[in-house]
Amino acid sequence: MSDAADTVSRIRGRLEGPNTYGNSRAFWVGFAVLVTALAAYPQMTDPYTVIQTARYFAVAFLALSLCFIWGYAGVLSFGQVAFFGVAAYTFGAIGINLSSATGVTVAIVGAVAVGTLAAALLGYFMFYGGVRDTYVTIMTLVVALVLNTFMAQTAGSEWAIGEAQLGGFNGMTGIPNLTLGIGETGIVFERAGLYYALLVSLVVAYLGLRVLLNSSFGMTMVAIREDEARTETFGYDVPFVKLVVFTIGGAIAAVGGVFYASWGNYVDPSVFGIAFAALPVVWVSVGGRESLLGAIGATLAIEQMRTALSSGIGPIGSEWALVIVGGLLLSVILFMPAGVVPTLDSLVDSVQDRRSDQGQSTQPTEEAVE
Amino acid sequence: MIEATLFAIVVYDIAALFFQFLNSFGFIILATVGLAIIFGMMGVINLAHGEFILIGVYGTALAYHAGIPLPAAMAVGVVVTTVFGVVIERTIVRHFYDRLLDSMVATWGLALVISQLLLIVFGSSLDSIGTPLGSVSYGPFSSSIYRSVLLPAIAILVLAGLYVLFTRTEFGIKARATIEDPETARAMGIDTDRMYVATFAIGSALAGLTGALYAPALGSITPNRGGTFLVEAFVAVVVGGPSVIIGTLSASGVLSLFNAGGSFFFGTFTGQMLLLLVAIVALRVLPDGITGYVDDWRQRRREG
Repeated sequence: MSDAADTVSRIRGRLEGPNTYGNSRAFWVGFAVLVTALAAYPQMTDPYTVIQTARYFAVAFLALSLCFIWGYAGVLSFGQVAFFGVAAYTFGAIGINLSSATGVTVAIVGAVAVGTLAAALLGYFMFYGGVRDTYVTIMTLVVALVLNTFMAQTAGSEWAIGEAQLGGFNGMTGIPNLTLGIGETGIVFERAGLYYALLVSLVVAYLGLRVLLNSSFGMTMVAIREDEARTETFGYDVPFVKLVVFTIGGAIAAVGGVFYASWGNYVDPSVFGIAFAALPVVWVSVGGRESLLGAIGATLAIEQMRTALSSGIGPIGSEWALVIVGGLLLSVILFMPAGVVPTLDSLVDSVQDRRSDQGQSTQPTEEAVE
Repeated sequence: MIEATLFAIVVYDIAALFFQFLNSFGFIILATVGLAIIFGMMGVINLAHGEFILIGVYGTALAYHAGIPLPAAMAVGVVVTTVFGVVIERTIVRHFYDRLLDSMVATWGLALVISQLLLIVFGSSLDSIGTPLGSVSYGPFSSSIYRSVLLPAIAILVLAGLYVLFTRTEFGIKARATIEDPETARAMGIDTDRMYVATFAIGSALAGLTGALYAPALGSITPNRGGTFLVEAFVAVVVGGPSVIIGTLSASGVLSLFNAGGSFFFGTFTGQMLLLLVAIVALRVLPDGITGYVDDWRQRRREG
């Protein structure tokens, strides 16, 4: 019995720390309830909603990735969609050419590897070249737009990788479903299966990032965000740390891209476009750039709203979705710069402080619940 | 005889390349200058810059289609954009003078709202305006006089005007003092708040001017054209570096050389890609832009 309690507290010790929100027992109970509810969700709703929700999960990887690099290392990238899109296209290209179960499994690994490598390359280029702050932001956006321009003109049949046509504006079609297996036998993840695969991956990514952020590496990241020059003076290799952070961010975005491509069996150049590139920034700003779970939650909420508007639910048409998204971004940055979750958290904190002051309690106040 | 034709062909090619260069040079300078003023003087990157230009385009086009002659319609475009810029400065941008990254995010939100509202209000496109002044033909080529001669000339005049404004007038000196050291400037009796508004208004007016000038040269007028201007402007500001006028001029020169060369020999797509790739490489080699590098080099020479 005490062994079990020991293990639990050891695991909690790795997951908790000053860098993440939600360090109380109540938070973990809530988290478990939430995950259980999401696991039960496909049984309770119609298949269409399940498929839509799977898409929100896939793009939530973009939010995680941006939240990780911007919220914790202060590197604002407008181009996380570049690695997402590169992985999506790579998955399509390999998957279409090697259509067996092994082939698709190889495509998953290959696509994540290529997306990660692209991030590492760009990161090396920037951080070892002394590119900083706003210039990083501009450069990442320009890279995404370069890819957008490039992919949009690949309509001709000469633009093909083996069997896979890049397809220009119309995009690459016939991308296989997500499959894990050997030879011709494998598990195919589609519809509810894909939903569960995404849910599990998202939870794993979230918990993994929490462990990383509360490790000494996470502390170094936060130190760089707070004061780059001072961190350098303490002997940390700042460009290297930033490169590692950016590469991990790219890898997470790439995982999302693979899911995205297999979700719709399709990818087109708009994944590199300026409107799609803006969305991760919106999700993360709204949810709170220092809260991984906030970023995921904001992604689900905003994407839900966009879907609702485009399917004609609500008093206004789909053309207003972008106005609302832009306005939301603008007002959050103006009135709630930290985002929803951190603002709520400090609100809860101050309420608890007042209550414990009144009660003359000597107990330290517990960390707030998300 | 054959030699003479060959000679003519070479001359035509060089002329075409030169006009292409001027076309691109004028475009990049005009697209950049408003953004460069606001970034160089205030440190704020206005990601809605492309949409500011678009407001100039729409103001001009709507006035023109309402029957106002083109030059007057252009003036309308400039005024509308300037007023809009002042309103945005007072309501939004002034909150971000010490939060650079946030200013980019906020103005991006603004950009989405503006371009989508233009789409909702005015539909997917406005009727295009015919390009004035016609074009010259030589051999197999022809170049628009308006785009390849008049606009580059105006671009150079604008830069010259800004140079005089910021170095030779009292306003310019006050504005630069405000940027350099707001505290001291205030202590010397300068109304720094007014300087910020005025600088932002100038940047917006220049964006409006660019929009007005390109309204008859864009072909179709659609709400997503802002991106075309923004990318070029971005790239030129980054390549140019901190010095507004020299930076804009030198970056536009270098970038349009690559853009025109690529477009001429391999088509517009290659020209566009080349421009962006040059920018990425330039940023890697010269993180502070061309003028940053020149400053650095001068300083080292003085020391050493």
